[in-house]
Amino acid sequence: MTTAVREASARSQTGPSSLPRLLPPSGRPMELAAHLQMFGPTPYRGGPGMLIHTIESAGLTGRGGAAFPTHRKLRAVAGQKGAPVIVGNGAEGEPASDKDKLLLWSSPHLVLDGLQLAAEAVGAREVHLYVHREPGLVRRLHQALADRAAAGVDRIAVGLVTSPPRFLAGEESALASRVEGGSALPRFTPPRIFEQGVHGAPTLVQNVETLAQLSLISRYGPAWFRAIGTEAEPGSMLTTVRLANGSSGVAETAIGTPIAELLKLDEHPAQAVLVGGYHGAWLPPEQAGQVTLSNADLRPLGAAVGAGVLAALPTNRCGLVESARVVSYLALESAGQCGPCLNGLPRIAATFSQIAHHGPTPSAQDDLQRWSQLVERRGACHHPDGTVRFLRSALNVFADEVAMHAAGRCSARANDPFLPIPAGSPAYEEDWS
Amino acid sequence: MISGTTLWYASRATGVISLILLSIVAILGIVVNRQGHLPGLPRFAVTGLHRSLSLLTVAFLGTHIVTAIADGYVHIPWLSTIVPFSSPYERFWIGLGTVAVDMTAAVIVTSLLRARLRPAVWRAVHWLAYASYPVTLVHSMGASKDLRSGWLLGLTMASVFAVVTAIGYRIIDASAAIPRPRRVPQLIARAEKTGSLR
Amino acid sequence: MDERLRVNPILCSGHGLCAELLPEQITLDEWGYPILSGEPVPGGLRKLARRAVTDCPALALQLLRDP
Repeated sequence: MTTAVREASARSQTGPSSLPRLLPPSGRPMELAAHLQMFGPTPYRGGPGMLIHTIESAGLTGRGGAAFPTHRKLRAVAGQKGAPVIVGNGAEGEPASDKDKLLLWSSPHLVLDGLQLAAEAVGAREVHLYVHREPGLVRRLHQALADRAAAGVDRIAVGLVTSPPRFLAGEESALASRVEGGSALPRFTPPRIFEQGVHGAPTLVQNVETLAQLSLISRYGPAWFRAIGTEAEPGSMLTTVRLANGSSGVAETAIGTPIAELLKLDEHPAQAVLVGGYHGAWLPPEQAGQVTLSNADLRPLGAAVGAGVLAALPTNRCGLVESARVVSYLALESAGQCGPCLNGLPRIAATFSQIAHHGPTPSAQDDLQRWSQLVERRGACHHPDGTVRFLRSALNVFADEVAMHAAGRCSARANDPFLPIPAGSPAYEEDWS
Repeated sequence: MISGTTLWYASRATGVISLILLSIVAILGIVVNRQGHLPGLPRFAVTGLHRSLSLLTVAFLGTHIVTAIADGYVHIPWLSTIVPFSSPYERFWIGLGTVAVDMTAAVIVTSLLRARLRPAVWRAVHWLAYASYPVTLVHSMGASKDLRSGWLLGLTMASVFAVVTAIGYRIIDASAAIPRPRRVPQLIARAEKTGSLR
Repeated sequence: MDERLRVNPILCSGHGLCAELLPEQITLDEWGYPILSGEPVPGGLRKLARRAVTDCPALALQLLRDP
């Protein structure tokens, strides 16, 4: 037996002893044949409910940003009346995050295995995979599904649903609306989606990375999963890192890895670190440099792991200009359904832009504070809440910069955009469906 | 015209009053929908007036129907209050009245229960109010000659004109409303132009 | 049994009736949208609260019992 085959069969019994777990070790996308050789067949349990206890022992939490205990979600949906629907959520609305796209491209079969296993666990009869309408990825996923259908791997046929590239498209209730055939607009909850989602059925929405982790746990067991990570937050996670020198990429890492290591802060010093994406928070480099990527370390600082987005702002940029671009983007991505959000976010964005480009007007800081309080928790979804969190952290971390701008100066020596902002904002009904 | 009993006159009179009241109720409904103001009245009073007058309309409408049937000179069966076109007397014109009553009844009942209904359901049924108005009008002009001449004709035309004007105002005002996907971009464009959004 | 008001912000279009009827619990923000105090509705105000729910032209207001 060659080393590769021996390694593959050892792996298929006991699981990879180190990283990577989710991403292919070769770095090349994994087709079905290679997937089956490396991981073996989908380990169906034979009936609903059986996998949930294993997931509970493993301590898997959602990798979509909320870090909600996966077993609780599975139980909640399984316990509802009526046949559940399950949707794998790969609509990565966060512009600074690339991990779901990469996972779907490289290891689609881990995700699709997880989708089948989760469907079996909750007794779902309807299964969907939900992704942004990106032609290359959609074609690849159709191919992966066709390969599985031909090989008889999937027990329930998977419907691929595409969404517009909106920031909010991956929000649970917007997802349910879109899967039903409507626009990807958030709905008023309760009832929560796990109670009444797609066409009123109890709906399990699970991030694609969570599903991939689930499919590995079902093969190798909770102990294997817990071999890396922390006691409270076990396992690996995919992170999208943007270093201060501009290079970016997706890395699979153990939860609890120091942020300084992930962002190579010693080599590439930063003036601030953005943790958790555009609904996350800026941290000053002294703080970020001393903590690990874990909620245990980040929550006390007012931040969270979220979907694993880390960005180190280089010292030559203006933190306010960067943040104002983000806030303007977030305002334009408002669904415009709720009075407070639709009125508050554009005003906040305009005033913050004013500060970033011209300096604050006398009432600017008071206005921002008042509007922030007016939009928080008064929308149907958490878009205003996340935007305000980001805004407040920017005003806090870049307070010195605000003072400089008030005096007519700016510390930036380069103004080309650092954080990725998609071009084109929604303006018509089609942009939401 | 059949010269009739007190009951018959009562039916004609309450019919006219019902039509006038219905017109006022429709206009008030449009005022509420457009978030308009009646001078000196808080919003809840405008809504309250719309509701109270609609219930008053029901009272007059009920009297209009009962007196028409109770007056025995022409035969209008009780069934024809709900089943349209089932009255041997003036089958068509009375039938239209029945259609209008059926629609109005749906609007009234759903509105009495509106806190318990899904908003989309209540709203869908409430649109029948618009449908019932022309039906009521044609019934009124056809079932009796009263409104076809003199001051009653004038009164009818004034009511219809007022309602049509209100509907026209609603259509124009609603068409100026910014569609949802454009609300935020429009606000931001305004901010960039004027430099502020206060 | 505590009852609390809740507004559906998607249906709400800022008519403002609720704030007129129940200023003790509802105020309007600078754009005309209701800010709910979130407090339980005291017994004496329950009737007004129910009226606000019934009268809201957008049917956006709900009165819910605490679970």
